Amino acid sequence: MEYMIFDNNIVVFSRTRAIEASPVNYPDCSKRTAVMATSAVFLLDLKGKSIISRNYRGDIDMTIIDRFMPLLMEKEEEGIVTPIISHADGTFVYIKHNNVYMVSACRNNVNVAMVLSFLFKCIEVFMQYFKDVEEESVRDNFVIIYELLDEMMDFGFPQTTESKILQEFITQEGHKLESAPRPPMAVTNAVSWRSEGIKYRKNEVFLDVIESVHLLASANGTVLQSEIVGTVKMRVYLTGMPELRLGLNDKVLFEGSGRGKSKAVELEDVKFHQCVRLSRFDNDRTISFIPPDGAFELMSYRLTTLVKPLIWIETSVERHSHSRVEFMVKAKSQFKRRSTANNVEIIIPVPSDADSPKFKTSVGAVKYAPEQSAFVWSIKSFPGGKEYLLSAHFALPSVSSEDADARPPISVKFEIPYFTTSGIQVRYLKIIEKSGYQALPWVRYITQNGEYQLRMK
Amino acid sequence: MTDSKYFTTTKKGEIFELKTELNSDKKEKKREAVKKVIASMTVGKDVSALFPDVINCMQTDNVELKKLVYLYLMNYAKSQPDMAIMAVNTFVKDCEDPNPLIRALAVRTMGCIRVEKITEYLCEPLRKCMKDEDPYVRKTAAVCVAKLFDMNPVLVEEQGFVELLNDLLSDANPMVVANAVAALSEINEAKPLIEVNSQMVNKLLTALNECTEWGQVFILDALSGYTPRDEREAQNICERISPRLAHANAAVVLSTVKVLMKLIEMLPADSEFIASLTKKLAPPMVTLLSAEPEIQYVALRNINLIVQKRPDILKQEMKVFFVKYNDPIYVKMEKLDVMIRLAQQSNIAQVLSELKEYATEVDVDFVRKSVRAIGRCAIKVEQSAERCVATLLELIQTKVNYVVQEAVVVIKDIFRKYPNRYESIISTLCENLDTLDEPEARASMIWIIGEYAERIDNADELLESFVDGFHDENTQVQLQLLTSVVKLFLKRPTDTQQLVQRVLSLATQDSDNPDLRDRGYIYWRLLSADPAAAKQVVLAEKPLISEETDLLEPSLLDQLVCHIGSLASVYHKPPSSFVDNTKAPLRQLAPNAAALTTNGSSSGDMDSAPGLIGVPAPAGGVPSQDTLIADLLQLDMNPMGGAAAAATAAPIAAPGGGLDDLLGLGGSLPSYGAAPAAPMVDPLAAWGVAPAAAPAPAGGLNDLFGLGGGIASMGGGIGGVQGYQTPKAVWLEAASHKGLQLEGAVVRKGGAIYMEMSITNKAMQPLSDFAIQFNKNSFGLVPAQPLHIPAPVFPNQTTQVSLRLETNGPVQKMEPLANVQIAMKNNVDVFYFATVVPMLVYFAEDGMMEKREFLELWKEPIHDICTKLQANNVFTVARRSVDGQELLYHSIKYTNKIVVLSELKMEITGAASLTLSLKSRHLTALANLNEMYQQIFDN
Repeated sequence: MEYMIFDNNIVVFSRTRAIEASPVNYPDCSKRTAVMATSAVFLLDLKGKSIISRNYRGDIDMTIIDRFMPLLMEKEEEGIVTPIISHADGTFVYIKHNNVYMVSACRNNVNVAMVLSFLFKCIEVFMQYFKDVEEESVRDNFVIIYELLDEMMDFGFPQTTESKILQEFITQEGHKLESAPRPPMAVTNAVSWRSEGIKYRKNEVFLDVIESVHLLASANGTVLQSEIVGTVKMRVYLTGMPELRLGLNDKVLFEGSGRGKSKAVELEDVKFHQCVRLSRFDNDRTISFIPPDGAFELMSYRLTTLVKPLIWIETSVERHSHSRVEFMVKAKSQFKRRSTANNVEIIIPVPSDADSPKFKTSVGAVKYAPEQSAFVWSIKSFPGGKEYLLSAHFALPSVSSEDADARPPISVKFEIPYFTTSGIQVRYLKIIEKSGYQALPWVRYITQNGEYQLRMK
Repeated sequence: MTDSKYFTTTKKGEIFELKTELNSDKKEKKREAVKKVIASMTVGKDVSALFPDVINCMQTDNVELKKLVYLYLMNYAKSQPDMAIMAVNTFVKDCEDPNPLIRALAVRTMGCIRVEKITEYLCEPLRKCMKDEDPYVRKTAAVCVAKLFDMNPVLVEEQGFVELLNDLLSDANPMVVANAVAALSEINEAKPLIEVNSQMVNKLLTALNECTEWGQVFILDALSGYTPRDEREAQNICERISPRLAHANAAVVLSTVKVLMKLIEMLPADSEFIASLTKKLAPPMVTLLSAEPEIQYVALRNINLIVQKRPDILKQEMKVFFVKYNDPIYVKMEKLDVMIRLAQQSNIAQVLSELKEYATEVDVDFVRKSVRAIGRCAIKVEQSAERCVATLLELIQTKVNYVVQEAVVVIKDIFRKYPNRYESIISTLCENLDTLDEPEARASMIWIIGEYAERIDNADELLESFVDGFHDENTQVQLQLLTSVVKLFLKRPTDTQQLVQRVLSLATQDSDNPDLRDRGYIYWRLLSADPAAAKQVVLAEKPLISEETDLLEPSLLDQLVCHIGSLASVYHKPPSSFVDNTKAPLRQLAPNAAALTTNGSSSGDMDSAPGLIGVPAPAGGVPSQDTLIADLLQLDMNPMGGAAAAATAAPIAAPGGGLDDLLGLGGSLPSYGAAPAAPMVDPLAAWGVAPAAAPAPAGGLNDLFGLGGGIASMGGGIGGVQGYQTPKAVWLEAASHKGLQLEGAVVRKGGAIYMEMSITNKAMQPLSDFAIQFNKNSFGLVPAQPLHIPAPVFPNQTTQVSLRLETNGPVQKMEPLANVQIAMKNNVDVFYFATVVPMLVYFAEDGMMEKREFLELWKEPIHDICTKLQANNVFTVARRSVDGQELLYHSIKYTNKIVVLSELKMEITGAASLTLSLKSRHLTALANLNEMYQQIFDN
């Protein structure tokens, strides 16, 4: 109960509210802002049994983790599950990956954004070491996980989490002490993501510009939200310590340099890999960096679009309760004719008790997927400016269930190669290394669906 | 090769077997054995018996094996402190190893072995490592200082490690700087040893651009504790950290936001710089909503704070908070909260259509919240109220049970906000009466019926149907039902008498809930004493409800903004409320939570209650305790905090006089006499909350005290005269009187009247220049000399003053008789209040009377009384003297032939008093009769 207003002479107090507006004699907040850290990290199986645990600060009883699963179940039952669970002796912050829970236990006012980012980072590093992170692989690699946990966090403070660098000195081979690896310079360097002395015979860089289109449309066909989240992924195979500079048709940059007329893109928000010099970008919008070796995500950007939804679905549903339901589906591609969407999948939800599907369409294949209460219309290749139709027919049981059906939206999957919705372009990628080698940059563009949802009536 | 095989040995004699293997000569076998030991340890088997054997393996030349042995050591050293010493030599030796990896490993592990004896040996190696040539070792040593401080803070100070750590802030290596700053921040948290100064800030800002993402978080968090000297410095810091908003790591972004939010406060509000800065803040926060759901959740909780603090930042971004089908429920709920906060006239149409969509989803909690949100929109944006109501009505038509219930609850609030506008929908609501099974919905519906009883023809029938199952209802519903029936009665007295009597007796006689009984009695007395006053109290105009609900209290909000990104920002609670500051590692239940409760509510000593506020939460703050204190504080310090609280402290609608009469009836009760004077406290409200939490400290307790007396006097006796000490009552409450808290009492000491006052300053500035003035009053009470308070009262200080009074001032009859109106002035303002002076202080020392004189005087009035009564058709039937008491019996007959019998008991010996007992077959016939008597006597 959180909101209650009655007469002035009758006051119903909400306990929770009272807590929220707690004491007024606060300590001066300026003095109390330390990075209070994680006390311990646990990897649990689905039943909540600890597979691996690492106690960082010695200030909690490690058996505390036995309380995690009962607490989580309790919260689940009450329908108030959150990634942060508080209990009498502190807080659990957890994420779930496959069939493994990764839990951080802490007693203090931790920087929870940091704790969560760290947990995700751990999983990412583990994946670099042994691909799939799940119960079995965790058991299989417990020695290396202990070593990694030891290196990635000290006394609850996250340390090096660059998997490329970790792989240089934490390996699965037992080393002799004399020949044991030394901590790579990169661990503590300003360039903590790249080691020196990398050599390639052929120097190459691959750039992938991938745009995911998020769309939310209401049942009456208005677009509620349309957003592009783009990422620039790189695969870098370069010798030495190269300096890279990436040029985009960034509107802010263009206007600054008086090229206002050219076709430019206004990026609403940009996020960079830690190798990019942020102050430089802030100053003159130059994206300059020394890249890590191999594959990484250089940047991501976000912008809201005003363009038409790339693929538009219209449906009309005729529901004859207790007997049958009929769908008429029209799919329209609203991008340029010379582009083509590949592997298009249109997923249309149907009542969970529907059966005996019948489909009719001229294009693609249709499959009933009862496990997700939907049918999937797959079109291998969908050129721009086209319109396809499908009709579907399902039988409904004569007795209908009591429960209200969830009403999931229609979702669409697609990929459009050689095309970006935003119109973003890589204008140049300059590679400078003191040895002066020639390197080849390759660029690819692709647009795909993000959370692409159209609500149904 | 996988490691899982190590887990599989579960044979008997396993420990023995491992022992042999650990002591094997073959290196390979040894290593395998250690792995098995670690595997056993991992699954929770106790392998501590192998301690000496594992330690023996420490002297290995294999790094992997060494790490495993160290791991084992960290786990078991605490349980085997004596044997752990065996390892020290190896550690010390390893700290000298040519390989920096080994040196760092040794110093890192040594710090993790929490054994007192080892710490002594740690100092020297640690000192060396802090000056190591390799930054990897230095950064590890920096953290180790924090570890050592955790175990032995004195040692760290004595050995000068803090200074060494401070030196590391100037290290050329950014990682070393970052770890040093993390360690220093942690040490400072426990004991402020090093102050962050501007020079240090410069170093940090330089390192910020070069260190890892985590290092950036440490530095930013440390910066958030620094207060720049001036605007220019603040602006400079902002400029240098704002590029961090483009970092891919959410923690870096949020910590940057935290520092910026703090520094913005220091800059002139209308500067261009702020405008450009706030513009920069929105996009990164929106981008966080594309992160993993867990991070989205943290971001949303923080956004909730930020939009409360600076609504401008995200006001254009409503759409990004629209809920997606596959958002986890915790994200959906938070998005909804932010949507309501951002709702305004320009976007309300969109918001409403979204909310309506959500209200037809399947997740019950989410649907409920959405329905509530519609109501909140109506209250917040007046122009949308009509559409909201229409939407709610549509939802009610769906007949989905929980939707209907939620809708009823919010419609009640809409009625509160916009009285007399949407009553036309009451009939629709009434149609759904039967489906309401949740207390809150039932209570709301009952409230609506009571509030609009005059427009609902069958209100009495509706309420009656609820009354039938009175005892099965939840307390909340019972209380509401009681109030609503009383309202109904006051509005339609003719045909609802029976109903109201039934409810009153259900509440007072058949219920064992003290809240309910108290409220029942109060209504009963109100109705029987003075229906007009009852009307004024019960049907009083209600204060407006606030537009924004559950806004955080401003000072809490400010504090939470300083904690953006931390747990406090997610819980929306100050860290002190959930962080156990005692260092004891395990649960420590605060023992005195219960004691505190009793102390707060049953304390007869009024002074102790306000004192309670000053008491900081005892160490080991357990939520319940905090809650209690919070309740007290909330009422005391910030009565306008939220909607609920606002209702509590709403200015009393009924004139204090009415209540005064009512409660003064049964014989003047000293403690109550003081209560109505407490200006802001609505006694009824105080009763309403009393059991749930201690109410507004002094005033509330006072009221409770008064209630006890009130009930006693109903029984016909005179209660609570014994041990008469006029306690100090709150005359002025700090919250509503610019920080001036005045408690006082008028007492008679040594033949003179004194006003005893405690003046407490709860404001931020010193209070001085006090003066006091009395209005004309019945006894001509005035100060004998001007009020003299020698020194200003400083914040949080209390001064005691005793002011002698005289009774030679101007006279004017007051109502009630002993009421005195007083004005108090200080350097801030003039405050007015009134207090009922206990009659006792006017009793003159020369009141002794000769016996004969007394008897004559006494007889006179008795005869007088009988004639007076007779003249008013109250007939004396008999007269009798028993044990010094005169008893008079009278009869009255109403025109409707109801007969009332009365007994008037006059105490002749001891304190002279009159007691009136009334008897009739029809209880209501007694209403106001005592007043009639009083009036007859007064004539």
